[in-house]
Amino acid sequence: MSRMLRRLAVASVCTLMLFAGIAHAQKQGGVLRITHRDNPPSASIHEEATISTDMPFMGVFNNLVVFAPDAKQNRLEAVVPELATSWKYSDDERTLTFQLRDGVKWHDGKPFTAADVKCTWDVVSGKVDGKMRKNPRKTWWFNIKDIAVDNPLQVTFHLNDPQPSFLVMLAGGFSPVYPCHVPAAQMRTHPIGTGPFKFVSFQQNESIKLERNTEYWKPGRPYLDGIEYTIIANRSTAVLALESGKFDMNITGELTPELVKDVQSHVPTMQCVVQPSNTQGNLLINRDRPPFDDAKIRRALGLSIDRKAFSDILSRGVYNIGGAMLAPPEGIWGWTKEFMETVPGYGADVEKSREEGRRIMKELGYGPDKMLQLKVSTRNIPDYRDAAVLLIDHIKNVYIQGELEPLDSSVWYARLLKKDYAVGMNVQGTGVDDPDVMFFENYTCNSERNYTAYCNKDLEVLFRKQSQMKDFEARKQLVWQIDRTLQEDGARPVVFQSQGGTCWWPAVKGLHLAVNSIYNHWRFDDVWLER
Amino acid sequence: MLSYLIRRLLLMVVTLFGVSVAIFLLLRIVPGNIADILFDSAGLIDPAEKQKIVADLGLDLPLPLQYWQWLNGLLHGDLGFSYVSEKPVIDEILPRIPITARLAALAMIFAVCAGVPLGVISAVRQNTKLDYALRVLSLSGLSMPSFWLGLLILMACVRWFGTIPIYDRAPETFWAWLAMLAIPAASVGFRSSALIMRLTRSSMLEVLRQDFVRTAKSKGLSDTAVTYDHALRNAVLPVITTIGVETAFLFGGLIVTETVFNIPGVARFLVEAIRWRDYPMVQNLVMFIAVVVVSVNLIVDLLYMLVDPRIRYSE
Repeated sequence: MSRMLRRLAVASVCTLMLFAGIAHAQKQGGVLRITHRDNPPSASIHEEATISTDMPFMGVFNNLVVFAPDAKQNRLEAVVPELATSWKYSDDERTLTFQLRDGVKWHDGKPFTAADVKCTWDVVSGKVDGKMRKNPRKTWWFNIKDIAVDNPLQVTFHLNDPQPSFLVMLAGGFSPVYPCHVPAAQMRTHPIGTGPFKFVSFQQNESIKLERNTEYWKPGRPYLDGIEYTIIANRSTAVLALESGKFDMNITGELTPELVKDVQSHVPTMQCVVQPSNTQGNLLINRDRPPFDDAKIRRALGLSIDRKAFSDILSRGVYNIGGAMLAPPEGIWGWTKEFMETVPGYGADVEKSREEGRRIMKELGYGPDKMLQLKVSTRNIPDYRDAAVLLIDHIKNVYIQGELEPLDSSVWYARLLKKDYAVGMNVQGTGVDDPDVMFFENYTCNSERNYTAYCNKDLEVLFRKQSQMKDFEARKQLVWQIDRTLQEDGARPVVFQSQGGTCWWPAVKGLHLAVNSIYNHWRFDDVWLER
Repeated sequence: MLSYLIRRLLLMVVTLFGVSVAIFLLLRIVPGNIADILFDSAGLIDPAEKQKIVADLGLDLPLPLQYWQWLNGLLHGDLGFSYVSEKPVIDEILPRIPITARLAALAMIFAVCAGVPLGVISAVRQNTKLDYALRVLSLSGLSMPSFWLGLLILMACVRWFGTIPIYDRAPETFWAWLAMLAIPAASVGFRSSALIMRLTRSSMLEVLRQDFVRTAKSKGLSDTAVTYDHALRNAVLPVITTIGVETAFLFGGLIVTETVFNIPGVARFLVEAIRWRDYPMVQNLVMFIAVVVVSVNLIVDLLYMLVDPRIRYSE
């Protein structure tokens, strides 16, 4: 008996020491210094679609649910509670009820309640005019029928149809809960949240400062006293500043694979990851303008592209090749290599595809002596321009002579709006690796981000069908088929899926990045500094 | 003298009015506006929502009315609100002026302190090895792009000192402040010093051949007294003009230096404001720079009188 007691005592001491060790492992204090690439358009996450806003301001807010901070891949199974303590679907899966955390306060001292949840999604779904300047993800919430406040700590989303991805979208960095009592204009300049960090200042083109929320609902968090983002527009200066130790990390995904190699060769202890940014390069083909109103020419243009060459030249083979959905192993819904080989234009034999493209063009009266002349429009920034130059080289193979037309950002948008382009090279990102996000945001007939106005009602039926499917494998098969149709129709042919690098000094601890999105892991409440 | 001053001040008003019209129209001739940029950043294409922003910001008002609103506000000290930050323009501009002013002042101090003495030495030691070396130095100053020089300096700092000067709004000591701005100032001042050096040299060479210099030497004055008390004083007028022009130029021309060294001054801010088509910000910043330029010109003209008493503007 005494031996047993002794063993128990030793085990207890060991357990206590272990916990004490863990408790001491995370250090309280210090300010995390991060380089930022440009001036965010505003501080309001719901109004923007850029990592420039999402990353620095995500720490100010909380979501109802969130991807587990240490989850390697953002997926349904990784969703954990945040401002909600639990959730429950009704039997028909058209009603989703959240129990909310009690005692949570906004940074201005007012209590967080279910009314805040209702008014946030009433505004972002477009049911109520919340005086936001922009609402880029309105299409995400197409399935919300109604939101009911059952009591201050319980809110219910009534959905038109079952939608497994609904929770995934709620868990993304672009889905924070906003306070009802703070006007949209203030949220753009001085955001109020419930998150681990309070907003301190946002100096245009200079810095963003956050400080520790001492009344944060999660006990003992955050560890950091604050976070400071310094806006350094010149990438060379930012890299040098990081290497010199003036900063702890860089804004995520901003370094090219080549630059990451450089940084690690100069500072071997630097921790770096290169991962998909959920950003893709795609072709915009104006299907309203002859001759691209002819599906055959669109198809020929798609067949001219050598995607591997794009990846090799732009990133030394690091960029992924795939359709609209992010390619595996990082992506959940992308085609397997075997399936991809069966999609026209994606086969390993590029010359065979181009031969088919030339045959189509000859049928239409084009040839080496009668090339189709067009302008390839793109934004005049390196990521866009470099890809457009390569594209011009590729389309020559199917008797299309392209001329580069680099456009200022403001002009680029105006031209898209007026449909004043023939072919455009576009780069764009999506917040969550999910088919509902991808399809409804970019390919539905009424989406604000459907630049080419591609509208296929039959396919929209399939968008909705996959959205309601619970069986993951069956849904994935349908997603692959939809993606295949999108590429075959030349809706917005995907040329490459970008990857970007993030580096941080070893003193930064507790940082976990997901492999299939750069937008969702910036709460920083588990991060601490070991210095 | 008084009538000259009044005349110049009136001319300043006319010039600034011309600048205000020019900048107002030029900004609107450039394709795209803030609504385009805001929508581009969010990846949207709904024309109705864009039109709402245009109406909210008053961009659909007739141009003469927009101009009058700006001018009227300017005359009453109301510079309007930034389209991007939605804060008063004055609150955005005011903190940045001292940053650029200090950098420009340090750069000019460096340029004058290096340029004038080296120019004099180069002239006095004409066609010697020292003269050749200084001429090569000045040529390199004029021909080296400042962004390249700036990046080289930063790389050298990381390699040799393991740190780089990153701007800090509240440095702890004067020396920390000086260390932070000295390298960017030297980088931008190098070009100005080269210009001043070449001008001082050529001006000195001309003066050193004058009769009064020979007379001073024959009176037995020391070389230093002849060079600095007699020759330099007569050679310095064109140098003062250049210093004035360079000072005014620096206020708007520090874009590259402020970008490379990440200094949040007026010049970098102006470029960003243009990129965002933030009309109130650009208009008021350009007006501010115009005021600096015309004021510096006036000060330089008045300085002539102090340096050379033969000049009297009342005549």
